[in-house]
Amino acid sequence: MREQILAIIEKNSRIDLKELAIILGAEEIDIANELKAMEEEGIICGYHTMIDWEKTSIEKVTALIEVRITPQRGQGYDNIAERIYKYPEVNSVYLISGGYDLMVTLDGKSLKAVSSFVSDKLSTLDGVLSTATHFILKKYKDHGTILTKKYEDTREKVTP
Amino acid sequence: MRNPLADKIVEIKPSGIRKFFDIVSEMKDAISLGVGEPDFDTPWHIRDEGIYSLEKGRTFYTSNAGLKELKVEITKYIKRTQDISYDANHEVIVTVGGSEAIDLALRAMINPGEEVLIPQPSYVSYEPCAIMADAVPVIIELKEENEFRLTAQELREAITDKTKILILPFPNNPTGAIMEKSDLEEIAEIIREKDIFVISDEIYAELTYKNKHVSIASIPGMQERTVLINGFSKAYAMTGWRLGYACAPKEIMEQMIKIHQFAIMCAPTTSQYAAVEALRNGDDDVASMRESYNQRRRFLMNAFREMGLECFEPYGAFYVFPCIKEFGMSSDEFAERLLREEKVAVVPGTAFGDCGEGFLRISYAYSLENLKIALDKIQDFITRLRAEKQSV
Repeated sequence: MREQILAIIEKNSRIDLKELAIILGAEEIDIANELKAMEEEGIICGYHTMIDWEKTSIEKVTALIEVRITPQRGQGYDNIAERIYKYPEVNSVYLISGGYDLMVTLDGKSLKAVSSFVSDKLSTLDGVLSTATHFILKKYKDHGTILTKKYEDTREKVTP
Repeated sequence: MRNPLADKIVEIKPSGIRKFFDIVSEMKDAISLGVGEPDFDTPWHIRDEGIYSLEKGRTFYTSNAGLKELKVEITKYIKRTQDISYDANHEVIVTVGGSEAIDLALRAMINPGEEVLIPQPSYVSYEPCAIMADAVPVIIELKEENEFRLTAQELREAITDKTKILILPFPNNPTGAIMEKSDLEEIAEIIREKDIFVISDEIYAELTYKNKHVSIASIPGMQERTVLINGFSKAYAMTGWRLGYACAPKEIMEQMIKIHQFAIMCAPTTSQYAAVEALRNGDDDVASMRESYNQRRRFLMNAFREMGLECFEPYGAFYVFPCIKEFGMSSDEFAERLLREEKVAVVPGTAFGDCGEGFLRISYAYSLENLKIALDKIQDFITRLRAEKQSV
């Protein structure tokens, strides 16, 4: 049941309880209890909205930053990761296997804002060895949703 | 000038859906619940394999019965889903959709005047194909009170000494009915006793919402008298690729391959390569589409219950078949008024046989958003009809 609920609300968090119960063939109260439990257990962490900022008049720049760091004794990467993720402009921080250690995504108002964050805040942190900043030019697909095209029903209207 | 036409073909009625299609195509903003194919695109990895085969220049005929590796995958699939073993070399053919396989099987097995039993409501091609094969079609009218299953008694009553073949169309288009194992065992007994054959059209086999589909060929003593038909259209959302297949005993298959060889040559090569990928790596796609259909099915059933529209619960395919007898008009009239007044297209049950009178086929191969809009309109329509009836 949990898996089914999650699969649906991952795509559509606005679905109402009644409809969720109908399409899963379950009781509303049971669904409500599961949702509440999953919220408490931290499985459901929020109900965000996906926005294609490109289509608004609001300027936004997104950057992916590769960060190489020296892990600290007893703390590993966690301490530095925390110092980074506490900045509100930081969107996500992942520990990565491979050529570098942290992948940081950042939303800034402008190129300048992002670069100054990187040069002033990020690279000056103790333990940060180097950074490489990649600016996103175009989002084709995000969170499993294709942003460039809309679904169009091209089937014949009536077929046997 | 002489009459250039064959009487046998002229006498075949054109599909009842055609007329409807013509009205709908005139209306630009009609919402349709009339489509008999998935709304999903073919999963990308399958399409990609088709593209790749073109890039590699695999643009030639395959052997008549189909690509060897595809036939092997088909036998593996039937083995893992139905536990039936077929010989990929002699008992499998890849066809241009399941529809071709129906035609092949009938033509390979029928002598003029032999009877073919066709349960209805059912897919539109069985009866014309039987006629074209010089068979005498004998219709078995399925009943709502049996959830549109074929019962042993109905079968027994329809069999004569001329009966050669039973067409078994389950999971069913248009009713959504299924036949479960115990139902099949009952009719299998009669089939063996009366020594007739079965053409089992299992194109919707992957789309069942209760138990997993059981093929009649898996019932003891039935494989040797069954032509099992399936395909890629519904399970993998591949209707436009035109690819189906049949599995049958060698003796029947040899003759089917002969017709296919001379009429078709081979099924599209690109589609065959894509289908190999579908059978090898497509199980998850099928499962997720099935889950979506099931959610919509529950949504529709609930909406009909709330509208007070009588409808048996279908457990297969992607159709519901509600009853509209309370409104005192024919299916055709109802569907036409619904289209003209609310711009919602559904297919009258009569397109699938006379006994579909009083019913509509509503497809749920649409997104929930689309279904919601259409259902609101249907609700408005039947509220108005009920009010009209009251005021008379």
